[in-house]
Amino acid sequence: MAGKIATRNAYGEALVELAEKYPELVVLDADLSGSTMTKFFASAYPQRFFDCGIAECDMAGIAAGMAADGLKPFINSFAMFSTGRIYEQIRNSIAYPQLNVKVVGSHGGVSVGEDGATHQCIEDFALMRAIPGMLVCSPCDGNEMRLAVKALMEYEGPAYLRLQRLATEVFTDELEGYSFQLGKGCTLRDGKDISIIATGLMVSKALQAAELLAAEGIQARVINIHTLKPLDDELVLKAAAETGCIVTSEEHSVIGGLGSAVCELLGEKCPVPVVRHGVNDEFGRSGSAADVLEYFGLTARAVAEKAKYALSLKK
Amino acid sequence: MAKLYGKELQLMAAKARLLAVEAVYTAASGHPGGSLSSMDILTALYFNELNIDPSRPRWEDRDRFVLSKGHCTPALYSLLALRGFFPLEQLKLFRSIKGHMSGHPDMRHVPGVDMSTGSLGQGLSAAVGMALAAKLQGKAHRCYVLCGDGELAEGQIWEAAMAAAKWQLDNLCVFVDVNGLQIDGRTADVMPTQPLDKKFEAFNWHVIKIDGHDFEQILSALDSARSFRGKPTVILASTVKGKGVSFMENQAGWHGKAPNDEQFAQAKAELEKTIKELEGN
Repeated sequence: MAGKIATRNAYGEALVELAEKYPELVVLDADLSGSTMTKFFASAYPQRFFDCGIAECDMAGIAAGMAADGLKPFINSFAMFSTGRIYEQIRNSIAYPQLNVKVVGSHGGVSVGEDGATHQCIEDFALMRAIPGMLVCSPCDGNEMRLAVKALMEYEGPAYLRLQRLATEVFTDELEGYSFQLGKGCTLRDGKDISIIATGLMVSKALQAAELLAAEGIQARVINIHTLKPLDDELVLKAAAETGCIVTSEEHSVIGGLGSAVCELLGEKCPVPVVRHGVNDEFGRSGSAADVLEYFGLTARAVAEKAKYALSLKK
Repeated sequence: MAKLYGKELQLMAAKARLLAVEAVYTAASGHPGGSLSSMDILTALYFNELNIDPSRPRWEDRDRFVLSKGHCTPALYSLLALRGFFPLEQLKLFRSIKGHMSGHPDMRHVPGVDMSTGSLGQGLSAAVGMALAAKLQGKAHRCYVLCGDGELAEGQIWEAAMAAAKWQLDNLCVFVDVNGLQIDGRTADVMPTQPLDKKFEAFNWHVIKIDGHDFEQILSALDSARSFRGKPTVILASTVKGKGVSFMENQAGWHGKAPNDEQFAQAKAELEKTIKELEGN
């Protein structure tokens, strides 16, 4: 293992690494550069960094204008604000004109911890997924984040990227058979009894859950979906057909995110039992990240329990 | 194209007014009031000020224009057609499923449109982004915006106003079409946005006040904006909503309503008379 790093830090470092090669890259923030980690870019490339102040709506519009003129802006704030507060600006000023703006939401999910419900965004996937043509990406560790930022730099069009505040173990760099491509999921562990499809923080917990299940003789396949939209239909359909039941796991509301995306696909093309694991229809709360994750059942143990329930629904 | 001045601009604006009213009449839908109030400003921009080339709508060094009050497409599309960005025939497809002349400006489908707008309060931010991009890339082109006075109730306008001053965007010039009316009535009653001069001065802008139907004043304000350094310019243009069609003038009810057959006939007769008079001189 390569140690712990928050995906927000990996993101901040990746921006700096890409700056030389991509002179069109500009970074905008709304007074949170110390938290979104755009501060690294700000100090390395001050001419290409624009602090818009606590005015996220304006930041979205400025980025749209810059993109209309050929720049490649990444706009940054906490996911709550960069997707929630400015949903309509993203929809009408960025996505509708198909402008090449990357919307970045740091502090996604409840693992924000102490700041509590007002800052714990559990609807960002739902909001961004609903916008026509918007790509939605949620990397699972620091290594994947680096690869995602590079891929998004090359990707032409509006996209959303979710970052996490919490430092977590980097594991994809040492996984055999791991590869990264936008829009393609990745099978991290094979199994025939059930498929656990996870994103972001829950991917490593899904792998731990598969271990717990293996101890009980259940062979779980684990699939990492970093790109929620467009979803890797082929991989998900194959998993449904081959394992016959699914658990989705995400640090997001069970409404509108990965679970919904998988249900939408399978409901139409390969109906099998799907159990959605995530935050139920409720707001987050203050506490240490570890305590909050435990409180909302975002643990490997809970994923394993959901898996057993899904298995019980399998005919 | 040779720049137009004085009477030539008046004549072009009168022709554009007729096209705009006709487009709304044909579509049986659209926004004549603000299109007519802003027509002289827009005519001055498209036929005197903007450095643009209809044969190259995406030319990198062109001046940019953002219609932040995006519902005034009848005015914008008419002028773009008259300027040669697309055939006048296209105006018949305004708001129609058969074409791409959408109710609000669509940069992906309408040649000459630099930014998709329609949701009020957002266009100014985009223009700030364009002006910043020009500065960053060392380009000399300028960015122009048209806002409505009712639109200025949107908070994002003032976010953008702060940003434009922070980055000293003297390549940005904003017109406010101060016609004093909006859908629900008088701007002074719905949500007073005045005093606009004091507000923009306090936001660190270069402020000019003019009569928005006087071409000499419009052109002189544009000259002043172009030569001013260190601050963005706002030109507060007093206008008459529905200008040029007697029964539409100063009537909030004509904000977003199409004329019926009889009303269109009268509007057409009035505007044709104006055109004839201007051609006669």
